[in-house]
Amino acid sequence: MSTTVETATGAAKTMVLNMGPQHPSTHGVLRILLELDGETVVKAVPDLGYLHTGIEKSCEDKTYSQAITLTDRMDYLNPLGNNLVYCLAVEKLLGIEIPKRAQYIRVLLVELQRISSHLVWLGTHAIDLGAMTVFLYCFREREEILKIFEFVAGQRMMTSYIRIGGLALEPPTGWLQRVEKFINMMPSRIDDYESLLTGNRIWIGRTKGIGYISAEDAIALSMTGPTLRAAGVAYDNRKLFPYSSYEEFEFDVPVRTDSDCFGRYMIRVAEMRESLKIVRQAMSKIPSEGPIRTEAPGIVPPEREKMKTEMEALIYHFKIFTEGFSPPPGEAFVTVESPRGELGAFVASDGSPKPLRVHFRSPSFINLQALPKLIEGQLISDVIACIGTIDIVLGDVDR
Amino acid sequence: MTENTSQNANVVVDALRSWSANAISEVSEFRGETTIVVARNVLRTVAERCHQDEKLQFNLLTDATCVDRFPMEPRFELNYHLVSIPRRQKVRLRVRLSGDDAVVDSLVPVWPGANWLEREIFDLFGIRFTDHPDLRRILLPDDWEGYPLRKDYPVEGYRDISAIATRYTRPRP
Repeated sequence: MSTTVETATGAAKTMVLNMGPQHPSTHGVLRILLELDGETVVKAVPDLGYLHTGIEKSCEDKTYSQAITLTDRMDYLNPLGNNLVYCLAVEKLLGIEIPKRAQYIRVLLVELQRISSHLVWLGTHAIDLGAMTVFLYCFREREEILKIFEFVAGQRMMTSYIRIGGLALEPPTGWLQRVEKFINMMPSRIDDYESLLTGNRIWIGRTKGIGYISAEDAIALSMTGPTLRAAGVAYDNRKLFPYSSYEEFEFDVPVRTDSDCFGRYMIRVAEMRESLKIVRQAMSKIPSEGPIRTEAPGIVPPEREKMKTEMEALIYHFKIFTEGFSPPPGEAFVTVESPRGELGAFVASDGSPKPLRVHFRSPSFINLQALPKLIEGQLISDVIACIGTIDIVLGDVDR
Repeated sequence: MTENTSQNANVVVDALRSWSANAISEVSEFRGETTIVVARNVLRTVAERCHQDEKLQFNLLTDATCVDRFPMEPRFELNYHLVSIPRRQKVRLRVRLSGDDAVVDSLVPVWPGANWLEREIFDLFGIRFTDHPDLRRILLPDDWEGYPLRKDYPVEGYRDISAIATRYTRPRP
């Protein structure tokens, strides 16, 4: 990208400031060219691609199951959500149904993931605006969630736990007790964060009225997630286009109309509480026994015991892990509600064991498009608040 | 659910057909998803119709992406995923483009959110969008050669090692 910004009219006194790519508040490697008139931003041009790793191209060279591990590495604060959207798309392509037990476990895990992602957001957003303590508290609780993931999936972050046709492994005994301990502790911890920030004069001064965007503009720029809901549009995929049995859960979609950084903060805090409600319901819904993978010979790996005792299962096992499986030709586009907004996976098959095309509609990428709209005309100190409030993950932006 | 989807799909197809008899060249349905194939020259007017028609109200362009079916012709397939938030419906608009004339009207005038999505497609597939306000590469560096998501671009290694070599030996300005 060119290093010059087209100067606005009559802008002889403006200067161009290069922010990033190594700026701590860009949450990764994002570069923004800012044209400043004194302390006011006249024009902002984001420059991305520093973390582009060609995940979509790599997926085309792997079998459908192998590509799951790549999805973890896109939005590294929401790996389970990425696994989920990719698996849902492939499952839709294959036309297979997932056992209820696996669906509820998926819901429980992605809601925990949403809490952990919002915790990272809250902590880093607060530290950007000068509140150090919140960061330490948020990471303390996030650690508990990551410990649960490690206990269940064997990995803290790159879990690859959700697989095509169900889940990777049976969760270990006693995992629900750990989840319960966490969700019993969490509401009072959220109260703690709120007591540090919600009424804090500095926090209000830094966030209230900053980064306003109208609902019409937000929709026109394809924004989704908490940013759109703070603008007064109750757009949530879990309610509008339910997946993975979300229609059986009772929860509210927090909506506000102030559409500034403070409003988005309040939305995310409220969402953490709603997620706790969903986790609690999922815990009571998950049957203690039952399959975690669907019966689909040739697509889903057979149980270990069957593979050791039945000839047919052994052959399927061998075929799945050597050549993979071939969905019928066609396309599937599935969207889920990630912590950052609408996360979509588009998978096209040409009838071969490798996908013809995998595309991710990443919420960070598309929400970032509205950044110039949020910061133009604002002060330079508000740029940091606005970047934080969109909640971007650069791995998700660049893929 | 499926019945409902196909009913909704009919709403879109009927509305577009009653507006203009030859707006749609093909309709297909797979796994409950409706795909409406339109000709390249009517894409923008159909998109405007989808956006503004009171019976359709597709106000959110959620995604735009491309599929390369090389060596088939027309090789490129552009897919636009539209969502109507008030009507809770999704639909996919599709345009097919041939490899030697991969140019199509930009949809930025209809949905400003198409801006980066089209830049990404331009960057990775080399499709040109007419009337796009800012058609530059977005993920790759400006001086990148080739379009990586095309099927004739290798997954690993250099496409043309001698060309790459001259690039790195030529004097820098």
